[in-house]
Amino acid sequence: MLTALCNNRIQVAAVMLFAVGFTTLLVHKNLLKKIIGLNIMDTAANLFLASIGYIRGRTAPILPEQGIVDASRYVNPLPAGLVLTSIVVSVATTAVMLTFSIRLYRRYHTLNIDEIYAITEKEQEEEP
Amino acid sequence: MTFCLNFPLFLIVLSLASAVISSILPAKAARILSLCLLLVSAAANAVLFVFLRQNGESVEYLMGHFPRPWGNELKLSELGSFITALFALIEFLCLLGGAHQIDTRLEGSFGRYYYVMADLIHVSLLVLAYTNDIFTGYVFVEICTLASAGILAVRHNGKTILAATRYMIYSQIGSGLFLFSIVFLYNLTGHLLLPDLKESIAVLWKEGTYRLPLLTAVSFACLGLGIKSGMFPFHLWMSDTYGSTVIPSSGILSGLVSKGYIILLIRLLFDGFGTEVFYQSGIHNIVYLLGAMGVIAGSIGALRENNIFRMTAYSSAAQIGYIFMGIGLSAVGGVTAALFQIFAHALTKPALFLSEGILSDTMDGAKKFCNLQGAASYNHFAGAAFTFEALSMIGLPLTAGFIVKYLFGRDALLSPSYLKMILTLAVIAVSTVLNALYFTRAILRIYNRPQREDIRRVRIREEKGYFAAGLVFIVLNLLLGIQAGTFLQIIREGLQLF
Repeated sequence: MLTALCNNRIQVAAVMLFAVGFTTLLVHKNLLKKIIGLNIMDTAANLFLASIGYIRGRTAPILPEQGIVDASRYVNPLPAGLVLTSIVVSVATTAVMLTFSIRLYRRYHTLNIDEIYAITEKEQEEEP
Repeated sequence: MTFCLNFPLFLIVLSLASAVISSILPAKAARILSLCLLLVSAAANAVLFVFLRQNGESVEYLMGHFPRPWGNELKLSELGSFITALFALIEFLCLLGGAHQIDTRLEGSFGRYYYVMADLIHVSLLVLAYTNDIFTGYVFVEICTLASAGILAVRHNGKTILAATRYMIYSQIGSGLFLFSIVFLYNLTGHLLLPDLKESIAVLWKEGTYRLPLLTAVSFACLGLGIKSGMFPFHLWMSDTYGSTVIPSSGILSGLVSKGYIILLIRLLFDGFGTEVFYQSGIHNIVYLLGAMGVIAGSIGALRENNIFRMTAYSSAAQIGYIFMGIGLSAVGGVTAALFQIFAHALTKPALFLSEGILSDTMDGAKKFCNLQGAASYNHFAGAAFTFEALSMIGLPLTAGFIVKYLFGRDALLSPSYLKMILTLAVIAVSTVLNALYFTRAILRIYNRPQREDIRRVRIREEKGYFAAGLVFIVLNLLLGIQAGTFLQIIREGLQLF
């Protein structure tokens, strides 16, 4: 068991990082901390993917001038492609979440989502 | 005729181009462009559906010239094309029926951006129904989430921004789980295309190797997509989200976006994980239980509400519970009932939200029942449409809602598990009574004598889009209820080729 964990230490670290990010996103009341949690979660997934794609001693799959020498010298390029796509998605969601946080802060002067919710509940009671 | 196999790719490119062009057009032109795109999409998908039905087989459409496992591909199936045609039509009706609200409630350039988001939601739904690649599915799940948050947050008030933020938080929890599920699956199998994934998972399952990571991956995918579509206990964002934004957004989100994620989940069950793995692992029992609890929790939440929009939002949570209950019930009968429920709910809930929006406008923006008294007597068509759709939700014979309850009841009676049979029948009975209680209360309130004298009557000329949309929704609902046999045949045959 311990040997298996040591052999897959990067994947284990990625799973632990994911759990930290997931808990932060779920539990923290502060919007900025939630966004940090979201980013930790995405980074964990990227770390896992990158660790799958890397094989010690092999190189990036770039075609040399003399053509393919030996396919076994290169790593699989797909995980790197997936990581890049995942980073783009993560940047977009972070940007949108930050935009909402700024707009909420400007209006309610707090980033605590529970406090904002309590204020909007009061506003709602005054609605027709 | 084989040319029509290119339609999904053309529509994906067309929708993306339309989103870009709409961002520089005035709001009115952007609306016309979006409506035309949705009509073309509905027609093209309908033609593809007819072609695939005549041929009786699904087609794997290569994106480029690289076959599996190198390239990316779409899977053109009978059921996929039917779903996308129906979803395009429903989105068209939502935008048509809610055009007046979008024009009057959104300030400045927000009107134009609304249609950009609508186009992006449409392209996401197309890809979720057609893609054969799980990572492409993840990317478009995220595009759909961002566009959905966009159509929620278009109004300049704190409540809608908060609703959009809560929606994003829940969605990101779901997305994170789904992404990690993909990473696990890729690590285990080395594949992202669904047919290859299915073959590899079947081998792993048969050999009994990597059982724990495999079950974790399947559970994460179900939970992730479940959270995104509002599965219990992650349904609490719905009441704020649907209750505070413009009406077409509520209709599109409750009727289409949440269903898009479930369609992807069903595709993964049939094409990716394989039904054997899902139903032998016991994960279906958890999905079933969460679905059943969602039905009861949503119905109780709706009964406790005094705000008509929030009541309908909680009702959506209950209806989504039905879908998960069906998925957990059985591979063929249960999923057939779940898919029929997706169609029925997608046709009913946007129509309910549109009618409520008109009734609310009639009473100067009232949302609480005490201020909505008599709204139907000032706007007869909206009142009648609301009543019809509410009766369909309760399960009146000849409507789509009745068929849903019949299908769930029949599948429960055929279930080999006595516990599931009794629990399903009990959930149907309790939820029908609760449905009847809260919708009857709403109908009685809107037809009661009004307490206020300062009523503003909505001019019919402004609302002709709504009248057309409401009428088509009613006709489609009746068609689904009366011709249920035809639609069930499409679902059953489609599931074999999905």
